Amino acid sequence: MKRSPPKLSMSLLTFAGAAVATPALAADLAVTVEVPRLTVAEYHKPYVSIWIENPADATAAGTLAVWYDAGSKEDKGVKWLKDMRQWWRKAGRAMSFPADGISGATRAPGPQKLLFSGAKGPLKDLKPGQYNLVVEAAREVGGQEAVRVPFAWGKPGKPAVAKGATEVGAVTVAVK
Amino acid sequence: MPFKTRLLAVVAPLTFGVALALPLLVPSTASAHRGWMVPSATVLSGEGAWVGVDAAVSNELFYADHNPMRLDAVVVTAPDGSVEKIQNPATGKYRSTFDVQLAKPGTYKIGSAVSTITASWTQDGQVKRFRGSPEDFARQVPAAAADLKTIKSFNRNETFVTRDAPTTTVFAPTGKGLELVPVTHPNDLVAGEAATFRFLLDGKPAADLEVTFAPGNSRYRAAPGDFKVRTGADGSFKVTFPEAGMYWMNAVVRTGETGRGPGGPGMGGPGVAPGGAQPPATPLAGDGMSASYTATLEALLP
Repeated sequence: MKRSPPKLSMSLLTFAGAAVATPALAADLAVTVEVPRLTVAEYHKPYVSIWIENPADATAAGTLAVWYDAGSKEDKGVKWLKDMRQWWRKAGRAMSFPADGISGATRAPGPQKLLFSGAKGPLKDLKPGQYNLVVEAAREVGGQEAVRVPFAWGKPGKPAVAKGATEVGAVTVAVK
Repeated sequence: MPFKTRLLAVVAPLTFGVALALPLLVPSTASAHRGWMVPSATVLSGEGAWVGVDAAVSNELFYADHNPMRLDAVVVTAPDGSVEKIQNPATGKYRSTFDVQLAKPGTYKIGSAVSTITASWTQDGQVKRFRGSPEDFARQVPAAAADLKTIKSFNRNETFVTRDAPTTTVFAPTGKGLELVPVTHPNDLVAGEAATFRFLLDGKPAADLEVTFAPGNSRYRAAPGDFKVRTGADGSFKVTFPEAGMYWMNAVVRTGETGRGPGGPGMGGPGVAPGGAQPPATPLAGDGMSASYTATLEALLP
């Protein structure tokens, strides 16, 4: 996942916001996703989608990241994207892959720190309000799990944490 | 057929009046041979997607335990409306199998639409019978046949699979027989969520139509789990799939003389061999029509 240095994008947004006199959401979304370490006979790193959900109607408000095996010679990884079935139904099936700024390689077990710039992608036009950050993982010969973390977009807030039971570890979300 | 046995055991000791109702009850539950096509997946992603399909006529769903489905009439309608052949077809003792490549993004329809005419007439003082396609009927049955009686049937058996985003081209009504119009897309079904569908009969709303749903995995369930819903005046109905899995959906319309007892035509879709003129020289009792619709639908986990 290649992203601009957060400080640069923040200052850009602040500047642009001031120039056109729109309410500048000078905020980024800091997310930590723990990929759980599993003791199983056959382990494959999970496919993970990180997306924003409108809590009122459970629709998707944007996809921040999709980790999958785009380098797979056999199917370019896209064959298994549908296994992240909530994300696939609400967002993924209408996208094309690889998706610029969203696609990324699968990640190893452990905490994965991410920072999504408020000046880019779905956060750029996200209206202030209450949302869920959803981390949905699906693992080959493993299970599927979606973990939701509520967050308020629009101003910096305290980190919120939720923890999955099987395929997703602790997820921390903070608006900075 | 444990359900049938239990039904008999419970109902028979009651009264003769109740016992009389049995012949009507039984075919719709225990002894119906149901035609189905079960794809290996209904929701797929990415180029290079294929599905394998099992097709059979059976009692238990979805276990191939009776007859394979004939594949002669089964075609694939691609998202752009073009009609393609099924690939790698094979017919075994109990089931047929074939493959479908989802080369294009969108929704594919896999299925058959079979029009059959059964007829009787008098020629040279003898009763003649015919059963076959409308084309063969026009060729083989004299236009001015005496005492001509016909039963026209139109049977559909379908399933749907979608690669990437669902599309609706394959649902464009043709105005023939019973047709499914999606309000909820058949590849967008989730257990516990209400779905809405609509039925058309010859292009018009199929009002007050009884629609049967039967879940798969019946072998591992104490009761079959079938349930029925009824269409409203506009042909639409709502259904909530109680759990994730494959479901068999069926509806039949009959008017006039259909030449068969309850539960007769339509259950097996293209399982009936066309063109086999039967020699029993008894005339049909009258004119009639039947139209049936069968589909295999998958409800996914939330």
